[in-house]
Amino acid sequence: MENAWLIPAFPFTGFLINGLFGDRLKRIFSGCIACTAMALSFTYALALFIRPLLADVPLEAFERDYFTWIEAGTLKVAFGLLIDPLSLLMVLVVTGVGFLIHVYSIGYMHDDPGFSRYFAYLNLFAAAMLLLVLANNFLLLFVGWEGVGLCSYLLIGFWYEKQSATDAGKKAFIVNRIGDFGFLLAIFLIFWTFGSLDFQVVMAAAPDLFPAGAPTLTAITLLLFLGAIGKSAQLPLYVWLPDAMEGPTPVSALIHAATMVTAGVYMVARCSVLYALAPFALGLVAAVGCATAVYAATIGLVQNDIKRVLAYSTVSQLGYMFLGCGVGAFVAGIFHLMTHAFFKALLFLGSGSVIHALHGEQDLRRMGGLRARLPLTYWTFMAGTLALCGIVPFAGFFSKDEILWEAFAGGHPLLYGLALFGALLTAFYMFRLVFLTFHGTPRAGAETLAKVHESPRTMTIPLMALAVLALVGGWVQVPLVAAGKRLGAFLAPVFEKAEHLLAAGRPLQHAGAWQEGLLMGLSLAAAIAGIAFAYRLYLARPQLPNRIAERFGACYRLLLNKYYVDEFYQSALVEPLRRLAEGLWRGIDVRVIDGAVNGCAQLAIALSGRLRRLQTGYVHHYAWTVVAGACGFFIYILSR
Amino acid sequence: MDGLQYLLDCTGILPILILFATGILILLLDAFAPRGRKGRLAALALAGVLLAMIGWWRPLPVERELFGGMLFADSFGFFFDGLFLATAALIILFSAGTLDRDRIDLGEYYALLLFSVTGMMLMARAANLIMLFLGLEVLSIAIYILVGMPRHERKANEACLKYFLLGAFSSGFFLYGMTFIYGASGSLSLAAMAAAFGQGDLPHNPYLLLGTALLLVGFSFKIALVPFHMWTPDVYEGAPTPITAYMAVAVKAAVFAALARVFWMALPSLQPQWTNLFWVLAVLTMTVGNVAALVQTNIKRMLAYSSIAHAGYILVAVVAGSAQGLTGMLVYLAAYTFMNVGAFGVVILVQERLGIGEDVDDFRGLGFASPALGAAMAVFLFSLAGIPPTAGFVAKFFVFLAAIEASFTWLVILAVVNSAVAVYYYLRVVIVMYSRAESPTSLADRFGLGRIPSAALGALIVALWATLQIGILPQSLWELARHSVTALL
Repeated sequence: MENAWLIPAFPFTGFLINGLFGDRLKRIFSGCIACTAMALSFTYALALFIRPLLADVPLEAFERDYFTWIEAGTLKVAFGLLIDPLSLLMVLVVTGVGFLIHVYSIGYMHDDPGFSRYFAYLNLFAAAMLLLVLANNFLLLFVGWEGVGLCSYLLIGFWYEKQSATDAGKKAFIVNRIGDFGFLLAIFLIFWTFGSLDFQVVMAAAPDLFPAGAPTLTAITLLLFLGAIGKSAQLPLYVWLPDAMEGPTPVSALIHAATMVTAGVYMVARCSVLYALAPFALGLVAAVGCATAVYAATIGLVQNDIKRVLAYSTVSQLGYMFLGCGVGAFVAGIFHLMTHAFFKALLFLGSGSVIHALHGEQDLRRMGGLRARLPLTYWTFMAGTLALCGIVPFAGFFSKDEILWEAFAGGHPLLYGLALFGALLTAFYMFRLVFLTFHGTPRAGAETLAKVHESPRTMTIPLMALAVLALVGGWVQVPLVAAGKRLGAFLAPVFEKAEHLLAAGRPLQHAGAWQEGLLMGLSLAAAIAGIAFAYRLYLARPQLPNRIAERFGACYRLLLNKYYVDEFYQSALVEPLRRLAEGLWRGIDVRVIDGAVNGCAQLAIALSGRLRRLQTGYVHHYAWTVVAGACGFFIYILSR
Repeated sequence: MDGLQYLLDCTGILPILILFATGILILLLDAFAPRGRKGRLAALALAGVLLAMIGWWRPLPVERELFGGMLFADSFGFFFDGLFLATAALIILFSAGTLDRDRIDLGEYYALLLFSVTGMMLMARAANLIMLFLGLEVLSIAIYILVGMPRHERKANEACLKYFLLGAFSSGFFLYGMTFIYGASGSLSLAAMAAAFGQGDLPHNPYLLLGTALLLVGFSFKIALVPFHMWTPDVYEGAPTPITAYMAVAVKAAVFAALARVFWMALPSLQPQWTNLFWVLAVLTMTVGNVAALVQTNIKRMLAYSSIAHAGYILVAVVAGSAQGLTGMLVYLAAYTFMNVGAFGVVILVQERLGIGEDVDDFRGLGFASPALGAAMAVFLFSLAGIPPTAGFVAKFFVFLAAIEASFTWLVILAVVNSAVAVYYYLRVVIVMYSRAESPTSLADRFGLGRIPSAALGALIVALWATLQIGILPQSLWELARHSVTALL
């Protein structure tokens, strides 16, 4: 564990090699270097994970300050890494899923002119993300946080010749800044309150310094949550994520589904102690998460772009994770984060495979009937869909159900009901997607169809690997069975304190196993109902959806236009701000500030010209100035 | 002094001895080296410097006095020894290619360079004003000749003569000051002076005050504080560019080291009295340096004025007067050395490859014609302007922080305003480098002159690395500097 710094160092080295010498390397080398870097990090993390497992001892948390990074006054920030069950799990997800997506990218991007640039960015992203999850203090986490934001911006706008791609990149960056602003304020406030930015120090001090519900802690946690809202695309700052689909599809899979967007969830889980002491903020986390889960799912119902459906699905699933954290079930939130990383990466990569086969077509209305032509893609995609819908025994079932159960058991029946409704919607829109893409009659042009072919090995093998994970990923946390909650036991040391604090705050509730079983059946029924609806609408009677859309025209248009939120932001925020900025520019900046600055500059230049004339070049003049200076000194000492 | 003690003391000045011996060796071998093959002597000089570095390096310097209280071997001297050796190595590497062009392909060049380094080391380690003066003269005389090396250049002749005349003039002030101080204290040893002036109302002794003022004139001349700076632009412009770089960093560093020794070790009781004078000098120096640099079109003159301005910023650290201020001064000197040598290095390379490059406008299009050189120059200029994440920012930060903590907030405000003015002339060069020349073909003609020589490339990489390293991870340098100043306090 001593060399934990190697984990982010490998991909960073890959970034340096590809970034500096990429255009001189052969393509295959660029790709191999990037993949090798990820594989090395993954292997190292896996070794860290397995060693205690073999010895049958719990993982010991490891913390190490490698060097002092900033020291100013009482602020002392070290470049320190922390490996505990939570960060190790995140590292495994990031490097494992990341490795598969790197491999997939070799096939997906094979004839892109920016091949090495792509892998450089991807490796830089991995390094930043690993720094984010391994940091042992808020400031270093923020470095990773901003690093992944930068990479996200670079990769969304990867095809920078496309106006829509650069716009989407900017949108993502700017919207994230709003969240980052909150995060920064939270960091300031934490330092001001605790005098340290170290996780362990802050978490240890918080319960002693503050009672539950202290305003300071509420402020800190709310500001932190603002950061999480921006990064994890929750209401009301979710608008950037659907647009982020302009980037290459593997990027959507890695950054905008599996890893980066979960950083907010990770951060909330990392600060579980603070949240446990701030019930109001915790409630808000749950409420925002639940609202986002349902809200995004409704938009997902009617979108026609295959990637946008998945994007809204991601927003919705992130909502579930926050819901889990918000009801105090941090383990459930992280569990869903992990399974979601598997199956959502799988779904995105599968959609990438479809898009690849159709030469860039993303519109569901021009797909259909691809099952026979893309069998591998179809079956793996189906595995991902089943996992996302929460069908036994796929991964999503276990994780989503645990969140629902915890919401119910925690005494939030309203949130439970909404989340259950969300699950129904999820099943509906996902099977709509599957039916429109793979089943029914082909709607693509004959010319395109003739060229449809299954993707190359480098793309299908990651799909299969992820499909297996989407199937078995949930088995680490089986409900109702004794000793089934292995993930919970693994993560227990991290959340012990928060759970203890939460348990102290509310009456102990005993919910029976029969209740849990009943609710499980209920959510399964909801998922199956959603699937049945989708089947009826899109396979059995394909003309029905149009009729419904006409019948509920206003409702349909509202959803199709995503509740007009983008338009609302544009007219209520962006335009007035732009007009204000323009007024300030023309009125204040040009006249007052520029005038003053230019005036000073002209003054300085005029003075400078004078000084130049003093510089005569004669030695005796120079000697006289020395004498004058010496006289000045004498006058000074005489005047004392 | 018995022989054993003498030998033991000699090990304390091992780097000085190595440099001196190498210098002599170069002078002797010069007779056998054919014209045009003097590059070997450069290699020998570099080897000497590296050997001296080995002699210099030790994990923990022992604080002691050598030769019966004439020299110190302490951590303060240790810091400056390292700085001088690094500078000398960089300058030798940059010189290797340019000497042909200036028709000064002479062995003496390297010998004199090494002799001047020994002078600097003596200055920074002096425990006695006599030693300090000796170091100053060894340094100055070597530099006078080095400035005048291009014998066929009228500008160089003029620069050499001016520098020599005015330098001798200022040495007179310095010596005169020493006599007054000797008269007041009865000794020239720094320790004895500190003991003599530490008590009673001696700080108000007119001879002492007069002597200190005269010493300060000598120091001010060498570090080119306004109004003792008039020689600087002319001399910097006329001297061979590597020597200009050398004067701008190493000579200043040596004199600042000596100034710190005198004012902190020998005259700590006087220090509060001089603060106001330093204050005025700092403001004058910064302002005149920056404002005059604004209108310069010759890049060497511009960098000359820039170096005057930087001396002003360093003086802010002297004003602060605290341990933190001194530490900041050391950090500043180190940062300034690397970024300034780097910037001059690019000027040298452009001059060498094009035969031109004195004018700011000669750099037009450099960023496109040679991206590496352009980017390196941009980093150095950003650093000189004090923009993070470069060494220049960190150095200014430490110095200004120390001044604020010593409650010289107004001085810091003036210094920051000055830095803002300075950005204009540094960035002008960057803008010129990254704007296209009128006809693209001329660019290729101008810059298609082959690769950068590997010696200069190495030096450039070291300077660049140090500039960024200090800018991003200043902690280790800060720790080293903080440890070094403990020797003075």
